[in-house]
Amino acid sequence: MPDPARKIPITVKVNGQPYERETEPRQLLAEFIRESLELTGTHIGCDTTYCGACTVLLNGQAVKSCTMFAVQADGAEITTVEGLEKNGELHPIQKAFADCYGLQCGYCTPGFMMSALQLLSHDSDPSEEQIKKAIAGNTCRCTGYQNIFKAITTAAERMRGSANGD
Amino acid sequence: MYPRAFEYHRASSLKEASALLAQLGEGAKLLAGGQSLLPLMKLRFANPAHLVDLNFIAGTSYIREEAGTIRFGSLTRHAEIERSSVAAKIPILHDCAAGIADVQVRNRGTIGGSLAEADPSGDWATVLGTLEVQVRCLGPDGEHTVSMSDFVKDAYTTALGHDDLVSEVSVKIPPAHSGGAYLAFKRAAPVYPTASAAVQLTLDGDICKDVAIAMGCVGLTAIRATEGEAALRSKPLDAKAIAAAADAARSVAEPQTDMRGSAEYKRELAGALVKRAIEIAMRRARGEHVEVSHLYA
Repeated sequence: MPDPARKIPITVKVNGQPYERETEPRQLLAEFIRESLELTGTHIGCDTTYCGACTVLLNGQAVKSCTMFAVQADGAEITTVEGLEKNGELHPIQKAFADCYGLQCGYCTPGFMMSALQLLSHDSDPSEEQIKKAIAGNTCRCTGYQNIFKAITTAAERMRGSANGD
Repeated sequence: MYPRAFEYHRASSLKEASALLAQLGEGAKLLAGGQSLLPLMKLRFANPAHLVDLNFIAGTSYIREEAGTIRFGSLTRHAEIERSSVAAKIPILHDCAAGIADVQVRNRGTIGGSLAEADPSGDWATVLGTLEVQVRCLGPDGEHTVSMSDFVKDAYTTALGHDDLVSEVSVKIPPAHSGGAYLAFKRAAPVYPTASAAVQLTLDGDICKDVAIAMGCVGLTAIRATEGEAALRSKPLDAKAIAAAADAARSVAEPQTDMRGSAEYKRELAGALVKRAIEIAMRRARGEHVEVSHLYA
């Protein structure tokens, strides 16, 4: 009888860096990212697929990393909040969250920023409705969402500006 | 939260997945999108000894139009259906795909997984019940096809045997002058709806030639409102006929009081959603472009 706790080797690329690790099949992707890779920017909030604090991009798509097993991410490219910053420069989404006071306690913020990243990677000029829909799977108990909304709008404007070479 | 330990199997074909189910026995479950299964496993309501992962099987996610039908591979994600211009030819399918839970869940959840789970609050079974749909199933003895009306037997119970899985869902494109709409009312994006209504109809001038009405979350399975349909069929779609259809639908709902609302509240809500869905379906059947999204409290 094979042992269900037997660890399985997986390879993932996280924020551009390849990792080879072993994972127990029941280990959730969120736990794997936090404990095995020690990338603790990804937060676990509700752990019930509701709050979205654990959102990461899996091959460019936002997913709740508490609702996937790490073994399922074998071969995938993952982006976590740590992957936003480049060469010591905050990503425009991070800057906009800071400038617009898009956070208070900050616990949900990594998840919101990853949802915003999926949205802005596919649509550089989203409508108000599209922004609301993009963050409908993320819960914030402090801000009331208005400043988060402003932050994403601001990030979109700035990213369009820099894409135009301004 | 950690689920109970299980043994992980990665299937390389749907046929192999079915064979693994047969070989591993009752303790084995399939893992498709996992957006319902994982929460259940974390709460230890589901404790499979073996999980057979379907996500690494190539060629199981597709949307193809062929000979008047749209075929969906069983692992096609809700988000892929939401973005598909082919699926948008049947607007009620887009309404459904674009409204399920939230972006993250739609990126993982699959049409085949949703049907095979048969959650009484699931969206797909309600919507597909108003269309001509064949569910292709694969088992140890090969493939067979089950009509959607025979697929869901009861809450969490389908026509699938233990070793069977859904391989494809094919939806017949409705005739000209048809329109449909799916409306679900939710307390927040990530939760299941409190009630939902799907309406698909075909017009002949101002007369309703054919119609199907189904309600979700107000019974152990989606409920067809056959008397509500009769109130519309072969009649002009005026306010009186629509009100009669909504009343008839309301009376066959079998809601239960729970944290989402009282039975009386859900019954009223279902009737109101049926009325609105008929109105939108009618406008779409006349060629009007109407955007629909799930309603939040």
